[in-house]
Amino acid sequence: MIDGTDKTKNKDKENFYEYTKKESYQQEKVENENMEIEKELYTEHNKEYDIEHDIVVIGAGPAGMAAAISAFDNNVKDVVIIEREEKPGGILKQCIHNGFGLHKLGRELTGPEYAAYYEKMVNERNIKIYCGTMVIDITKNKIITVQNKDGIFKIKAKALILAMGCRERSRGALNIPGTRPSGIFSAGTAQKLINCKGYSVGKKVVILGSGDIGLIMARRLSLEGAKVEAVCEIMPYSVGLKRNITQCLKDFNIPLYLSTTVAEIHGSGRLEGVTIAKVDENRNIIEETKKYIPCDTLLLSVGLIPENELTKNAGISIDNFTNGAIVDENRQTEQSGIFACGNVLQVHDLVDYVSDEAEIAGKGAADYVLNKLNGQIIIKTVPGNGVRYVLPQRINLIYEYNKNREDYKREISLFFRVTKPFGKIKYTVKLGDKVLNTAIRLKASPGEMEKITIKANDLEKISNKDEKITVNLEELS
Amino acid sequence: MERELTCIICPRGCNLNVEVNYNDGSNKNKYNNGYSKNYTIIVKGNNCPKGEQYAIDECINPKRTVTSSMRVSNRKDTMVSVKTEKNIDKDKMFKTMEYVRNTRVCAPVKIGEVIIKNIFGTNIIATENID
Ligand SMILES: Cc1cc2nc3c(=O)[nH]c(=O)nc-3n(C[C@H](O)[C@H](O)[C@H](O)COP(=O)(O)OP(=O)(O)OC[C@H]3O[C@@H](n4cnc5c(N)ncnc54)[C@H](O)[C@@H]3O)c2cc1C
Ligand code: SF4
Repeated sequence: MIDGTDKTKNKDKENFYEYTKKESYQQEKVENENMEIEKELYTEHNKEYDIEHDIVVIGAGPAGMAAAISAFDNNVKDVVIIEREEKPGGILKQCIHNGFGLHKLGRELTGPEYAAYYEKMVNERNIKIYCGTMVIDITKNKIITVQNKDGIFKIKAKALILAMGCRERSRGALNIPGTRPSGIFSAGTAQKLINCKGYSVGKKVVILGSGDIGLIMARRLSLEGAKVEAVCEIMPYSVGLKRNITQCLKDFNIPLYLSTTVAEIHGSGRLEGVTIAKVDENRNIIEETKKYIPCDTLLLSVGLIPENELTKNAGISIDNFTNGAIVDENRQTEQSGIFACGNVLQVHDLVDYVSDEAEIAGKGAADYVLNKLNGQIIIKTVPGNGVRYVLPQRINLIYEYNKNREDYKREISLFFRVTKPFGKIKYTVKLGDKVLNTAIRLKASPGEMEKITIKANDLEKISNKDEKITVNLEELS
Repeated sequence: MERELTCIICPRGCNLNVEVNYNDGSNKNKYNNGYSKNYTIIVKGNNCPKGEQYAIDECINPKRTVTSSMRVSNRKDTMVSVKTEKNIDKDKMFKTMEYVRNTRVCAPVKIGEVIIKNIFGTNIIATENID
């Protein structure tokens, strides 16, 4: 049984007493040692849930931990985190390389160090993390079904924060022709096997996909003594950070082939080699460019998908571009009281921004519990020319501004990604025809999240409720 | 001599243009090990002072942080993540890895604990707690 805090336990106990009185239950039975068991039997059969908490966070990765801390610091003290793995930290546990926390903490940490920093803050606040406990269902009424070694339980939350992270796309989603030998791993799985289990995955390696995980793994495998023969990228550019191309590929003389994919897989039993080939603009393989590379290992680093099965169960709409929930500026989904942050909302490349986003969601959830969220008008944000998506997808405006001056002056950050690499560009944010803000950048890449802020009081003058906020990109020469 | 580098100090990844001039007018390809001051280095394209320092180091004596993980001998299937406390010379990366590979630690281990002392001018420290 999940242990509630003492407070909630007593609450349940009181409910139970009420019930027994009403039904003229045998009072002595209640007071004997078996009371807890009785309570469980009773709750399981007659009530919608076993335990209550103000805020429940799903996932103890960097997003979940930062959200819980922020909710706590914004005056809701009854916060718990549910985590399916045995330790908190999420994906950071396997990201043993450095490059975390430069923006947020001003120093460069490894993944486990960044996670430990947040875990410490969680512990200092006595926020309980239930590890080894998996959430198997959530409802729009914020009732969460969890399962652990003791069984299945239901928890009722006043507000719920989704921070389940993302998972990797698999080869199935890719359909590479050829045999199905062993030696093919997703990059994240290989990362976990090598870094956390100490396994060696192979000696001669080809990596498909030049996102950061693929690049980091190229370096890791090289340092472990493997030979990385090639990194292939189907796009004409890499979405990985430039620093990673330098320190992970150039440092080890690993070739990066752009507009190139793995066309065929060879080998029975163990992988023996792959055929790589160039692709045209429509991503069709150019036959004449086919080339065979002998290798015993193929790593697939072909993208991440937010883990949103639970979100969909609760009837929350998903954005087709982010593959995460549609949220407002407090990171509240369309179901009131359910919030989302981190990789489950949009795939982030920098953990620092995950923590920032989680702080917004944590504060939002706390404000919701304290009845401080009272938006009335919803304005949609839409991606314009050259922009793939904008998050938040909607903004809640408070109708009577003078009631809450602090809110009136607030700034709202819009996060977005561009559709392809650009040189010098100008971003313009507009409400209908009115320009809200502009920004100039020397370059932009789809691999790097962009941010631009607008002022809430600028939105007050909205004349037509159907007006939308657009983020546009204009190329400058 | 000019070199194009990408700064790896922060995710911004500025393109750096580095011009190395030797005072004797020669265009040597090989840099003397940083201690004699018979050259000047001009860095362009950096968005902050760290970029300049990086470019100079990269031309004279490139350094990197090495991160890895090490087997914990008294815990089943357990590794502890580690890193070099300070950056080490780039050409010592593989040697460092070898030391790491051949070392076992005993739990408990605390974050920041020194695991290998004095290796190429720095220490290998744990980056994870193992109870
Ligand atoms: C390989 C890799 C390398 C990266 N490198 C860098 C880098 O160098 N620098 C940088 O700044 N960022 C980097 N990032 C990005 C950054 O680390 C991630 O964006 C960030 O960790 C995401 O945090 P999260 O909390 O949203 O998700 P996660 O860390 O994935 O956490 C989600 C947690 O939710 C739990 N969970 C999921 N479903 C359930 C359920 N049903 N019930 C209970 N628990 C559940 C999971 O077990 C997990 O612990 C990297 C990411 C990856 C994958
Ligand atoms: S020069 Fe400064 S801003 Fe640019 S990448 Fe280096 S550290 Fe970052």
